[in-house]
Amino acid sequence: MSKEPVAVVGIGQTKHVAARRDVSIAGLVRESAQRALTDAELTWADIDAVVIGKAPDFFEGVMMPELYLADALGAVGKPMLRVHTAGSVGGSTALVAANLVAARVHGTVLTLAFEKQSESNAMWGLSLPIPFQQPLLAGAGGFFAPHVRAYMRRSGAPDTIGSLVAYKDRRNALKNPYAHLHEHDITLEKVQASPMLWDPIRYSETCPSSDGACAMILTDRAGAARAPRPPAWMLGGAMRSEPTLFAGKDFVSPQAGKDCAADVYRQAGIADPRRDIDAVEMYVPFSWYEPMWLENLGFAAEGEGWKLTESGVTELDGDLPVNMSGGVLSTNPIGASGMIRFAEAALQVRGQAGEHQVDGARKVLGHAYGGGSQFFSMWLVGARPPQS
Amino acid sequence: MTSEEAPAAREIAVVAFAQTDHRRSTEESSEVEMLMPVLHEVLAQTGLRAADIGFTCSGSSDYLAGRAFSFTLALDGVGAWPPISESHVEMDGAWALYEAWTKLLTGDADTALVYSYGKSSPGSVRDVLTRQLDPYYVAPLWPDSIALAALQAQALIDAGHTDEPALAAVGARSRADATANPHAQLKGQLPYGGYVVRPLRTGDCPPVGDGAAAVILAAGERARELCERPAWIRGIDHRIEAHALGVRDLTDSPSTRLAAKKAGAFERPVDTAELHAPFTAQEVILRRALRLGDDVRVNPSGGALAANPVMAAGLVRIGEAAARIHRGDSGRALAHATSGPCLQQNLVAVLEGDPR
Repeated sequence: MSKEPVAVVGIGQTKHVAARRDVSIAGLVRESAQRALTDAELTWADIDAVVIGKAPDFFEGVMMPELYLADALGAVGKPMLRVHTAGSVGGSTALVAANLVAARVHGTVLTLAFEKQSESNAMWGLSLPIPFQQPLLAGAGGFFAPHVRAYMRRSGAPDTIGSLVAYKDRRNALKNPYAHLHEHDITLEKVQASPMLWDPIRYSETCPSSDGACAMILTDRAGAARAPRPPAWMLGGAMRSEPTLFAGKDFVSPQAGKDCAADVYRQAGIADPRRDIDAVEMYVPFSWYEPMWLENLGFAAEGEGWKLTESGVTELDGDLPVNMSGGVLSTNPIGASGMIRFAEAALQVRGQAGEHQVDGARKVLGHAYGGGSQFFSMWLVGARPPQS
Repeated sequence: MTSEEAPAAREIAVVAFAQTDHRRSTEESSEVEMLMPVLHEVLAQTGLRAADIGFTCSGSSDYLAGRAFSFTLALDGVGAWPPISESHVEMDGAWALYEAWTKLLTGDADTALVYSYGKSSPGSVRDVLTRQLDPYYVAPLWPDSIALAALQAQALIDAGHTDEPALAAVGARSRADATANPHAQLKGQLPYGGYVVRPLRTGDCPPVGDGAAAVILAAGERARELCERPAWIRGIDHRIEAHALGVRDLTDSPSTRLAAKKAGAFERPVDTAELHAPFTAQEVILRRALRLGDDVRVNPSGGALAANPVMAAGLVRIGEAAARIHRGDSGRALAHATSGPCLQQNLVAVLEGDPR
């Protein structure tokens, strides 16, 4: 059977900052949704369903906030779904919304993800002690640092790679008006001199804690034909999960990530990702995850990802730009972070990325992951509709 | 090909259902331990293994577990290796089933495992559910779930749609029916009790309990291979209403009516309805919204008044309705799930067996 092609015709996000004290949670999400509607030149009445995602409810202290947010998102009288797949949720939320269109259940869907981390304390929200389970050791950094160290040992990467990624992403963020961190005086030396938090991860190689929301309008072929600006077309999308902890798990390059990418490439007809994909927005909350994910996603052979980073291939003007928006390292409203990656990929192929636009970006991958490198969601979007 | 020429949607059915015995407390076991037997049982019914399943989706709430990311450990219980295509909604499992249904419609998968679970015993669920309310204006007042349901029940009585003896009869019927349900938490003749919050007495309110449920969906011929009499999902839809109680008519459920219409519930009569009505007055409201006559068998399982494992109770309704079709006790059944204060969000599914 055939699926309905899915197009992104509207994208909106908030200016991400440490604390949006001027708006409620409802005000924050509505701002991004309204911007997406404006971009698509649609009204609330044009939306058939709302799919919303965020990371744990404990981050704001509101249980199932979609109930309270129904009014702010124009969902009254409509279907509203709430997705939660840990850090990958922003991507998964977009994919669930895309499935509603692909299955021809709805014509036009608003999908949105958010986090208003200033309402609470995300680090401790991630650190609740549970018996018989490995704690996250005061935030995510403590969990991921040993896996970064394992990557360095396995690949022989020099210990300067992480700082190169952070320096690049923070400079890219200066070109993105919505990015949280705008460090105009950033230098490589400053990154390398920043305090060590979780060895080998330095302060400037970690993501900030942000308030922010991101929204997209997804629609079918008929909706795309009416769109005022070029749509981005979904060419492939997939989710994969694996257990958090087990003896066979490869934390450096999880099998679920490899399988997820392979599924997306199969759907999109990508034979050689390094050659066929023009740019990548990937979920890099700690700088070393750029070379790690380059390998996991098939852009470099095992142990070779850091060489792409070191040689400048992943710079904004490189051959394979990575995290043109400034990435998670510059903006991290956790629940929204995955959707921002997906939205940035769509912005790029629509030619709407402004100062951080990659010339000639025709096929761009958006990537998200969550849990203990356990949940993956990805989509590949293109400037042209899928062929079949 | 244009949308107008779109092929007929795939036929999708519930082919297996399993649930725990619902109990006041399961403090001796973790959520995963509570869930595991249910997962094994539902797979055993079809002969499938976890690796055979095309898509997996679950529903649960961190707030019941009292910790962030509580669902991540449940996934370990599924046995997600090699990696699986999987998703999660922070909602009742009925909405996880909806997500799985759309996934099967796209043709990306032929089978889906849907599960959900909730343990209310670790805390006070009356208090926990207040955290669902508007965090700035309402939640700080801690209005608990029974108080809000009482507001709704009183509005219904004031409107002349029911009275306290009629509500008592709903409770008594549910618990009498539950005697035939080995999984029910409350069953048989029970003292109706004093007022909890007027006009609701103990017998008008659901028990607090822990439980889990799982369902397997399959598309087309695959469903016929896996189940002698599949429960075909003829339609499924869900709708949400405004959050603020002050802007809603609490005596009605327009979102249920709209979801039922979209799901095709009014096209032909149903013989069975499994309604997720944790409070007696809510059954009265739902019966009216769904135009259910006295000839419809409502909640033969005992419903949520006999067992209300939060986050699983809606999926249990779909499972119970499907199981009646599997057994040949029903030809066309309606299943309903609710979420939020005073029936804010509602899902309706219409299930049918093959004619015979």
